[in-house]
Amino acid sequence: MSLVTYILRRLLLMVLVLFGVTLVTFTLTHVVPVNPVLALVGDRAPQDVVDRVYHELGLDKPLPVQYVLYVRGLLHGELGVSIADQRPVAEDLARYLPATIELSTAAILVAILVGIPTGIVSAVYRNRWPDHLARVFALGGVSLPVFYTALLGLAIFYVALGWLPGPGQLSPYVTPPPRVTGMVVVDALLTGRWKAFWDGLYHLIMPATVLGWSSAGIIARMVRSSLLEVLNTDYVRTAWAKGLSGRAVVLRHALRNALIPTVTVIGLTYGSLLQGAVLTETIFAWPGVGRYATLSVISIDVPAVLGVTLVAALIYSFVNLVVDIVYAYLDPRIRYR
Amino acid sequence: MSGRPATAAPGHEQPAPASAERRRVWRALRGNALAMTGLLIIAFFAFLAVFGPYLAPYSPTEPDLDHILQPPGGAHLLGTDDTGMDILSRVLFGARIDFLSALLIVAVSMALGTAIGTVAGWLGGFWDDVLMRMTDMFLAFPSLILAMAIAAVLKPSLTNALLAISVTYWPVYARLARGQILSLKEREFVEAARAVGLGGARIVLRHVLPNAFAPVLIQATLDMGAVLLIAAGLSFIGFGAQPPTPEWGRMVSDGRSYLQTQWWISTFPAIAILLLALGFNFLGDALRDLFDPRSGR
Repeated sequence: MSLVTYILRRLLLMVLVLFGVTLVTFTLTHVVPVNPVLALVGDRAPQDVVDRVYHELGLDKPLPVQYVLYVRGLLHGELGVSIADQRPVAEDLARYLPATIELSTAAILVAILVGIPTGIVSAVYRNRWPDHLARVFALGGVSLPVFYTALLGLAIFYVALGWLPGPGQLSPYVTPPPRVTGMVVVDALLTGRWKAFWDGLYHLIMPATVLGWSSAGIIARMVRSSLLEVLNTDYVRTAWAKGLSGRAVVLRHALRNALIPTVTVIGLTYGSLLQGAVLTETIFAWPGVGRYATLSVISIDVPAVLGVTLVAALIYSFVNLVVDIVYAYLDPRIRYR
Repeated sequence: MSGRPATAAPGHEQPAPASAERRRVWRALRGNALAMTGLLIIAFFAFLAVFGPYLAPYSPTEPDLDHILQPPGGAHLLGTDDTGMDILSRVLFGARIDFLSALLIVAVSMALGTAIGTVAGWLGGFWDDVLMRMTDMFLAFPSLILAMAIAAVLKPSLTNALLAISVTYWPVYARLARGQILSLKEREFVEAARAVGLGGARIVLRHVLPNAFAPVLIQATLDMGAVLLIAAGLSFIGFGAQPPTPEWGRMVSDGRSYLQTQWWISTFPAIAILLLALGFNFLGDALRDLFDPRSGR
């Protein structure tokens, strides 16, 4: 199978899956015990108003028709209107998503910078004390409840020591850069606002480290096992036999191939950082989708919650797709399976 | 686990008998410090889950306004919270809630996922396609976010949280079980069972499934840690256990505004979560190493 056919096949599959996803969210909107009409007009509205809104929302049509209308709306980017702030959910998401992407990207960078070296140490010193230490460190990260580490990080490094800034994306005295991408650090860089750039970066350190540590363990684990596998192969033995130094064998020959499966794990972890964002954004007062989702659930803002769910599933599927394509590109064997 | 098939036809070819395999794994585990540490931690919390409520010195849900915010030590070994509830008692009761929640979620997902994956793998063709596309559909949701959506649509409660997380975890088992069944289906012992005239259901239940179980169990061990964190996280943001339920994630959240001054309210339940998750991850990691042919034992 050529790479192009493979990509087309996977794209088709993704469309199919996304259809299924809309079925799930559509079902969820219809099991809501809250009457969406009363939620909009209030429960003291006269009956004819209720009936009109009922009709306007298309709720008097049969379910299959409603589903078709729902999907048609989605295809036009309509995710409904938020009950809490009375604005289109799509608009809200466009406003909050960049902050989450910025945080997740910073977190995955931390995870890669910590995870890959930890995995290498583990594999090279297999079953000796540096390996044990590295594994406990990595598994410890995976086992940490991020919501507590976030609170603890703020209590220690912000309140007690004052080494790192508190919640938020920027200090109150720093003027935010004009919005280009919506990511503060990137916007500051693009518009040359150096003060905002450094301040934004400074504010990213703690949330990114808290989120990144938990993912570093997953990456370290993958690097360890794939590096161990590669170190056992003939070509690595040949490299040793040629008299290359340990550093050259591991870093230049073995690591390259060991990183292929690691790419997959990094991609999947990146997708799942959304969940960590949900747990920590509220604590760090980070204006992203995670905080938006939490606030929406609290105010039983069903259109907003389902909008987040749908977009999360879309991002998740898209990241998976990209990961599979990159993998197929790096390792052609995968396409013949 | 039902163990090895009991009725082996003469000349019936078996993969390594389950009991011998189990002995081999146990021997390897015993020599593995990481696995034994994990097992010990899990056993400790399992003990607390069963006997914790009998060991607790105070009620886990009754406020005692004369003894609020007591530091650890003395009559309250781990201190008290802002309503005077004893942290030790709450952590002990919480062991039952948190351990059992994780166990329930994983058990339900495992049962559902394995059943669907087995049917898909065994029948193949049309049903395989339908069931696996359905699996992909649920796999597309990040579990915490779908769980939040379900919590928003229904009512936030521990039961709904457990249900919601289970809904998002079964696809992993469906895929795993299907893969196992597909590879086992072609083995000689299945053909032999067919040749002696056994029915499909019987072959699957008594001969194929017991042999597909090892990877499923490893996945379950690893998932226990992750599920524990998700369930506690869901309660932390308020969409799981409701106060005054002594659930660990909820307790961390209850003490968050006191972290500067009365650190013990959040910290002890957080340590409990960390330790139990660590136990499962230690054991799961060691098990995976043991069964992973790539780690080059």
